[in-house]
Amino acid sequence: MDGIVSLIIAKYNFWAVIVLLLIGFYAMIAKRNIVKKIIGMNIFQTAIILFYVSIGSKKGATIPIITHGHDGVNHTVQAADYINPLPHVLMLTAIVVSVATLGVALALSMKIYARYGTLEEDEIQGKLMESEPG
Amino acid sequence: MAAHYPAIIVTVPLFGALIITALWWFDKRLCYPISLLAGTVSLAASVGLFLDVLSRGVIEYRLGGWPPPIGIVYRIDHLNGLILVVVSLVSLLNLAGSRSVAEKEFRDKVGAFYGLYLLFTTGLLGMLITGDAFNLYVLLEIASLTGYALIGMGSGRAALSGLHYLFMGTIGASLYLLGIGCLYLMTGSLNMTDIARILPTLVPSNVVLLAFVLCLSGLFVKMALLPLHAWLPNAYTYSPSVVSSLVAPLTTKVMIYALFRITLTIFSFDFAFNSIAVRQPIIWLAVAAIFFGSLLALSQKRLKKMLAFIVVAEVGYMVGGFWLGNRAGMSGAVLHIINDAVMTLCVFMAAGAIVHKLEDDRLSVMKGVFRKMPVTMAAMVVGGLSLIGVPPTCGFFSKWYLIAGGIAAGQYPFVAALIFSSLVNTVLFFRLFEIGYFLPFEQPKRYHQYNPDSFFRYSGRRAEAPVDLLVPLVITALLLIALGIFSGEIVTRVITQAIPVTLG
Repeated sequence: MDGIVSLIIAKYNFWAVIVLLLIGFYAMIAKRNIVKKIIGMNIFQTAIILFYVSIGSKKGATIPIITHGHDGVNHTVQAADYINPLPHVLMLTAIVVSVATLGVALALSMKIYARYGTLEEDEIQGKLMESEPG
Repeated sequence: MAAHYPAIIVTVPLFGALIITALWWFDKRLCYPISLLAGTVSLAASVGLFLDVLSRGVIEYRLGGWPPPIGIVYRIDHLNGLILVVVSLVSLLNLAGSRSVAEKEFRDKVGAFYGLYLLFTTGLLGMLITGDAFNLYVLLEIASLTGYALIGMGSGRAALSGLHYLFMGTIGASLYLLGIGCLYLMTGSLNMTDIARILPTLVPSNVVLLAFVLCLSGLFVKMALLPLHAWLPNAYTYSPSVVSSLVAPLTTKVMIYALFRITLTIFSFDFAFNSIAVRQPIIWLAVAAIFFGSLLALSQKRLKKMLAFIVVAEVGYMVGGFWLGNRAGMSGAVLHIINDAVMTLCVFMAAGAIVHKLEDDRLSVMKGVFRKMPVTMAAMVVGGLSLIGVPPTCGFFSKWYLIAGGIAAGQYPFVAALIFSSLVNTVLFFRLFEIGYFLPFEQPKRYHQYNPDSFFRYSGRRAEAPVDLLVPLVITALLLIALGIFSGEIVTRVITQAIPVTLG
């Protein structure tokens, strides 16, 4: 028991990511409403963004901006003093991707709503069965 | 100029897409020529680049002059050089044939269509050319997002199938991203060759194994390997026909290329085939994909859905052939990527021409279609024979290599599945030929009532698809035969260089 607790506490960021991933995945699979599925998809993507951001951080480090770098004095830059900016920059791209995905998903669900008058998959399924059986 | 071919291949369609989205508000007629020009430039650059690779070997292009691993590099070897040519060619041929169909299908949204079309091509070409694992994710998402939008542009159930594809595709891409995250966590690098250099010092590591499994399952969702294929048939059936003849030949093939690249370049052959035991389960999945894809294709009453299930089966061919892990199997898989791209284009374009004239893709309305559309159906026959695997069409040769590889590896279920699938394809296409050739032409009642220009109005006369669609279609059909005749050349001069040299 003690071992598990210390394992969770030592790597709490990964546990948080896994829990969020599963929440998002559950919503995408189990919910029957399209908007809820889209929300689940966003949670799923955000969990991965959190994963990347958390692996970039270090204990006791600061933001990666070298102060007073312009006055011609040579500084020795210790990598351990600064958090790793690369995963954060990568996640800027991933955030853009997830916003674009959200946009396309909402546009498609508008089109679905215009056609079927509902966003509940069960009702859409029913209407499909009526109009084009098989 | 020649030194910048790799950048031209990706940036020209990208900027073409931007220009079109700006210009179509002023003049819609400009869209088609601009996109054609961008496609041609991109194809010419890929051919030039491929010839460069043939004469000089692997080419590394540093974007902005930044050396790896800090900068992003484009890395072109025999494998992606060849597939780049095929993908830009397939995209251009389909684009050339799209004009009258797109005008009819999208009307005032034709600019949006061409913009998305070029962006989609950009994404795929970028995925092929890049040597950076995260860059591959970004371009994968560009290709996928434009793919969802293109599929959603159709009428009827298109939006719903597009949304299902979006959910599945997002899960797939996110899993891949997570896998790359795990790799970055362990190696601190995103450059493929750099990761490959660092990884052997870390193995055995559970995180690396997790990264491998995540990347692989993400790509399996994207390429629709059997248990994860549910999005594919509806998305390809209900999308507009110009879109399905773009997305169906290219998406799955490029994802299979990504599988090759990730497995061979990043994780190395030794890790994937010898250190861990994933080979046999994946071959079983491929066998299941071939069996069930073929069986489900047999049960379809709609032409496009039948073709979509054939795509599901073909994915099994390539994945299975690759995981056979011997020279013949891998050569067959790479050759099949090329052949399958062209033959899927051929049958989907012919189906698009039929749907364009008939406004329906049920097999039951295609009675007498041979007499009405002889050229289209001749191309369909060539495509069908190639999917069955009749020499001299190219489908025969890749299947030959796959079967030879299967026997050499002792994977008899895979061999049996390949032969079974060929037999089912025979039944599928000869059923179509029988309906189209031997059954008399029939005028469905609901057509001539309110559609005076319809296909069915003139029972005796030809009603061939527009010429601008027929010319690329005939070129594609001839290409199938040419690829078959030169397949020996392709294998000995290109593909042998593309797969690991140590293979027996």
